[in-house]
Amino acid sequence: MTQYFQPEIETMPREQLRELQLANLKASMKNAYDNVEFYRGSFADAGVGLDDLETLEDLAKFPFITKQDMRDAYPFGLFARKNEDVARIHASSGTTGQATIVGHTATDLKNWGNCFARGIAMVGGSDASTIQVSYGYGLFTGGLGAHAGGEAIGCTVIPTSSGNTKRQIQMMKDLGTDILACTPSYALLIADTAIEMGYDPASEFKISAVICGAEPASENMRQEIADKLGVQYCDVYGLSEIMGPGVAMECAERGGLHIAEDQFYCEIVDPETLEVLPDGQWGELVITTLTRECTPLIRYRTRDVTRIVSEPCACGRTHRKIDRLRGRTDDMLIIRGVNVFPSQIEQVITEFPEIATQYQIILTNDGVLDRVELRVETVPEFPIDEVRKLEDLKSRLASELKSNLQIAVNIKLVEPKSIERSEGKAKRIIDNRN
Amino acid sequence: MISQLTIFLENRKGHLASATRAISDAGINMHALYLADTEDFGVARILCDTPERAKEVLVEGGFRAAVTKVIAVELDDEPGSLATLLELCDDEDMNVEYAYCFIADGGKVIDVLKIGGENAESVLAERGYKTLEASSLYAE
Repeated sequence: MTQYFQPEIETMPREQLRELQLANLKASMKNAYDNVEFYRGSFADAGVGLDDLETLEDLAKFPFITKQDMRDAYPFGLFARKNEDVARIHASSGTTGQATIVGHTATDLKNWGNCFARGIAMVGGSDASTIQVSYGYGLFTGGLGAHAGGEAIGCTVIPTSSGNTKRQIQMMKDLGTDILACTPSYALLIADTAIEMGYDPASEFKISAVICGAEPASENMRQEIADKLGVQYCDVYGLSEIMGPGVAMECAERGGLHIAEDQFYCEIVDPETLEVLPDGQWGELVITTLTRECTPLIRYRTRDVTRIVSEPCACGRTHRKIDRLRGRTDDMLIIRGVNVFPSQIEQVITEFPEIATQYQIILTNDGVLDRVELRVETVPEFPIDEVRKLEDLKSRLASELKSNLQIAVNIKLVEPKSIERSEGKAKRIIDNRN
Repeated sequence: MISQLTIFLENRKGHLASATRAISDAGINMHALYLADTEDFGVARILCDTPERAKEVLVEGGFRAAVTKVIAVELDDEPGSLATLLELCDDEDMNVEYAYCFIADGGKVIDVLKIGGENAESVLAERGYKTLEASSLYAE
């Protein structure tokens, strides 16, 4: 039986949900406008005012806010509440520049806990469950976000934070952890370490679910985690600018992550034209907070690429979903006017067991026409002695790419040493266009 | 069946030279080499001594190399001997993926064939063809 954490909200009929969103949106816009100088300025620059918002779709008339705007507003420029009302501050890592600071009121923190708690219910958790939070605790939102979710639903929370993996595993076993919340790479490390320690966590541990987010994970990696630990894998989406983990979470039906639509209004825009795209089309996710008191964000450009899945979900939740992230807009290539993400190419490659996972894309142009060369290697087992099979592989891969990307790709089979191996981020794209 | 060393080569100037140099640096002697080339890559098929070791040397050097099982047949060096052999393959529905030949001593030629299917060698033997073992062609 499907259980919900907040059934009246999570299964609210769509029309009613849209009414709630509109009411919350109006309140959130007013909060932003009345209390944050930045919005008064940006709305005036765009020639729009609060009266221009009559429907949810009217939000498209309003200007965006970007990560850079948040950096520029450091430290308190986007706070809509005075210090006495601020309960906590989180900050993004700031690896790419000035850290961004967000403040939360006690109500904001409560809402956050509720959002994450819905995901705990999605994996079958309840007040009878034990959740182990192995996200880092601190300015990073992972640890405290998952912690708040566990407390909201009444779980027993084990705040192990990350690190000291063998002790984590011992506690997981001895305390009967039901749900593990951490990054996917840490979940895999925990699984592998447990196996090295001589356990079979899938059969010997009580654990039944993982809630993983904060970094990308391929389908293979998710499957590996699910198999090794013997669990349901729940993908959680969140970002510190908007809240933290819990903005959207994946139910047992999979096929996307349910957005907490009473708390957030999501739009998908074309990253080039910035026009709002219809449901189902891929583009940049833009989020507006609907209930946040301290740091209301109106049309925040996340740079994350996804699409909205609006088909009803068998789990009974009426909130629409976002699809698995396809990458960042910063990674997007525009080839012959078509938006292409390296992850799309990667997806096609993984469907060919004959092709090794290393690849490189080389872009050149011949006058006005872009040329795309994809360099791939065959796996060692491939029968390289038969030219016919090699040519056949090339043409099958090319036609699959053509049908997925809508552009012609010239396939070049190369030798293992031709594609640079790298420990960290591999140089996948070489753009020689001028 | 005998073992053929196969190397996948990108079409690059001097690249075949570097592959053969890698083999010779390992002290391995080559007896025959056939190249199949396409627009952007080539496949070198080589009969050499110790093919497994040659492959390992090449793979360590970053080449894509493999050892492939092929059939070696000894024929008389006279008109029609190859045609007759290939007609037999056709009659038996044995698909020849590729073939190459070289002259041997005593008025003989060696035909090397890659034939799809499992029992091609025994079919040829049943029809009176002399198929060769590795030991008669190269050092194992």
